[in-house]
Amino acid sequence: MNIVMLLIVALPLLAIALSILADRRVTQLVSGMTGIATFGLAVALIPGVGGHETGHRVNAIGILRADSLSVVFVLATSFLYAATAIYSVGYLAAEARLAERIGGTEAAEFARYSRRFYIGMNVFAWSMLCAPLVNGLALLWVAIEITTVVSALLVAIDDTEGATEAAWKYVLIASSGLGIALLATIVMYYAGAQALGQSYDLAFDPLIRSAQHLPATPVRLSFVLAVVGFGTKVGLFPVHTWLPDAHAEAPTPVSALLSGSLLAVSFYAILRYYQVAFARLGPAFPQHVLLVFGVLSLLLAALYVIDQNDVKRLLAYSSVEHMGILAIGVSFGAPLALAGVLLHVLAHAAAKGNAFMGAGVLVRTYGTKSLTAIRGGLDRLPWSGPLFLIAILALSAFPPLGIFRSEFQIVAGGLQNAHHTGAVILVALVTVAFMGLGLATTRILFHPLDSHAVHSAVEHGDDALQASHLTAASPNGAAAKSSASASGMLAGVGAATGGLGQPSGARRPRVPVASAPALPASPNVAAGTDTANDPDDQVVEEAAGTSTGRGEPSIWMVVPPIVGVFVLVLLGIHPPGALVELLQHGAALLSGGGQ
Amino acid sequence: MLTISVIHAATLARAAAATIGPAHPGSTSVSGAAVRAVAATGNSGVPSVFDGAANTVAIIVLLLEFMMLRTALFRAQIRLYAFQSLAVSVLAAIVAGGRHIPELYALAAVSLLLKVIIVPGVMFRFLRNSRAEIAGSGALGVASEIIVALVVAGFGFFTVGVLGIQSLVLPAAALSLSFAVVLVSFVLMIVRRDVVSQAVGFFSLENGVSLASLVVAAGLPLILEVAFLFDLLVAVVVFGVLIRVHQARSRSLSTVSLNRLRG
Repeated sequence: MNIVMLLIVALPLLAIALSILADRRVTQLVSGMTGIATFGLAVALIPGVGGHETGHRVNAIGILRADSLSVVFVLATSFLYAATAIYSVGYLAAEARLAERIGGTEAAEFARYSRRFYIGMNVFAWSMLCAPLVNGLALLWVAIEITTVVSALLVAIDDTEGATEAAWKYVLIASSGLGIALLATIVMYYAGAQALGQSYDLAFDPLIRSAQHLPATPVRLSFVLAVVGFGTKVGLFPVHTWLPDAHAEAPTPVSALLSGSLLAVSFYAILRYYQVAFARLGPAFPQHVLLVFGVLSLLLAALYVIDQNDVKRLLAYSSVEHMGILAIGVSFGAPLALAGVLLHVLAHAAAKGNAFMGAGVLVRTYGTKSLTAIRGGLDRLPWSGPLFLIAILALSAFPPLGIFRSEFQIVAGGLQNAHHTGAVILVALVTVAFMGLGLATTRILFHPLDSHAVHSAVEHGDDALQASHLTAASPNGAAAKSSASASGMLAGVGAATGGLGQPSGARRPRVPVASAPALPASPNVAAGTDTANDPDDQVVEEAAGTSTGRGEPSIWMVVPPIVGVFVLVLLGIHPPGALVELLQHGAALLSGGGQ
Repeated sequence: MLTISVIHAATLARAAAATIGPAHPGSTSVSGAAVRAVAATGNSGVPSVFDGAANTVAIIVLLLEFMMLRTALFRAQIRLYAFQSLAVSVLAAIVAGGRHIPELYALAAVSLLLKVIIVPGVMFRFLRNSRAEIAGSGALGVASEIIVALVVAGFGFFTVGVLGIQSLVLPAAALSLSFAVVLVSFVLMIVRRDVVSQAVGFFSLENGVSLASLVVAAGLPLILEVAFLFDLLVAVVVFGVLIRVHQARSRSLSTVSLNRLRG
């Protein structure tokens, strides 16, 4: 099994090397294969898979270590790695075609973009796979810090105004949070030093084994600092503010990875501190801390989900909600609830990945992220529409999908341990969030598309800017190609919406806005009718995939969500025996046993 | 590997005698010796040269943090950061010498190289193309900023003081000071409205954490310390890249224009 763990860490490195050296097609193939291979290897790490019993703890070359808890998070991350790597093929396909047709500098620019994108995505996935597999709190911190800096660059990669702002907020807030997490690491080191001697490496096993001999106050301080510090990256209230921005502005495959894996991996770090705190302080203190943060996050997210006008921000707040559910689930402390929490990590990764991938197709098809402008999704998208619907139902914990089972377990565990108030709050707030998600989804999928919707979107300031994302959704040079007309159009939008003159959507137009002919400000301009005769604009529209006809932008954007639905149904109806055993063992680790 | 556990008993006793604050009730083995040493020598001894030097350097780190808060020029701010890093490196060297932990000499050297030379150098490079010299006004006036920072620093200093965390290496006051530095760096990041000050705020936060790690985790294996520092370097590069992107897009270093994403 050591070799399996080494391969999980080493294979993405190979993909990184190839994405630096090889061209786009090879990189796409290798990234997809690596994703699938790491998922296969992660499945092989589950004890009892493939006929061999290897026990619940594996060590390799000193710094790598896997137990049931880590395997759950490796499974979630590697599944999304595979899904997003395949999805990215479709995500970049339109720009790739356009770049090939135009050739010259556009092709070169797109090649540079896709290289950076794939390097970033592979490094990001690699760091998230490493985080649960390293042995020790210090290395864990290092791995999570790497996820931050890489994903900040990925958020900024589209180079729009929104992306720059989101990336800056993200890197500043998350790094500061990790500064606090580093303090937590150091304080925990101090606590451990009282039992383990002054020089040791913060490895998990000795620390948890000798937890009884640690001084209580530093452990308490360290746990709270860890919840606040790593909680920044989990997206717990009140340090969640970077999360909706980063999720909304990042390219869709990155949003899916951020939401499904990154938040979960950061939560894994909190769980490790929870283990030590639980072993030293008993259940009450750490559970109360998590309960407070969990309930506040859930409350805030449920309220924001109701009144949200951006499909990706909607899903981002739903992530905050689900992280709140995880924290509350751990605070219940019953083994049933803890197993539910771990199942929730897996099911949430599949469901949120699906939801973001579906949202990506919607944004690509309609050229806007505004919920008021997307209409009739089921008519126009024969596959992605229903898949998005299923993903939203899954996120709202509908049976028979995976999240239903996990949330049911969490609530049942809470009732079992007499946390009645907590369980009631959980159910009530989840219902509120479901209302928000349900309303928004009904509108964008079932309401027929009418011109009124488009006009109302244009009247709304931000939405008009979003509508000009015709090209923003396409990350590359499409905008630059027709920069004169595009930025003229955007200038018109700006004028129409009251002085927001900067082209927020276009990706660095080469002709400055000021020199572009300012078109008369009218909704028609924003809708693009004035410039519809321009052949360049047709190319842009094609690149953005904003055709008015029925059909999917790319088959590669449909396949991963279909697999995701299978996973959700499997987790909901009948999780495989080995997996159930894994989750139960992980729950035992969290409730102080199993060492 | 030489560790603190082999520190000479006399040194141990002297260190313990000079530590302030109540002895920890749950101390075991090593700190138990320290507590006994406190009992033997009494807790009223005059601070040794070592303690005096360590506390002075820690206070200098905090004062430099306050100076960052009031300085208006980008370059001056980065220079202050370099001085602060220098102070932390010097403290590492003092601990290495005073407590016979040779590993910390290496740490001092690495931190000198990275935080005093490379990081400020990288930041100056990023600023080379910028015409802006003066940081935009903060959200508060300088006087109010300093008062807020004083309150916050006092809160950090005294709260950590009552926790009674004792160290064998450095006086416990240094730990309280390091928490104060961390909190003031948050004030700096919050009240300043330009990317350079915010980045410098984050770097100085890391200095505060380094200070804390010298106090309570001096035995942390060198490889981990270096990993932390290397991570900082990567973060600096990413901050730099994003500062450049921001500057190219908005032609300024101010963050006032970053207000589009909300709700």
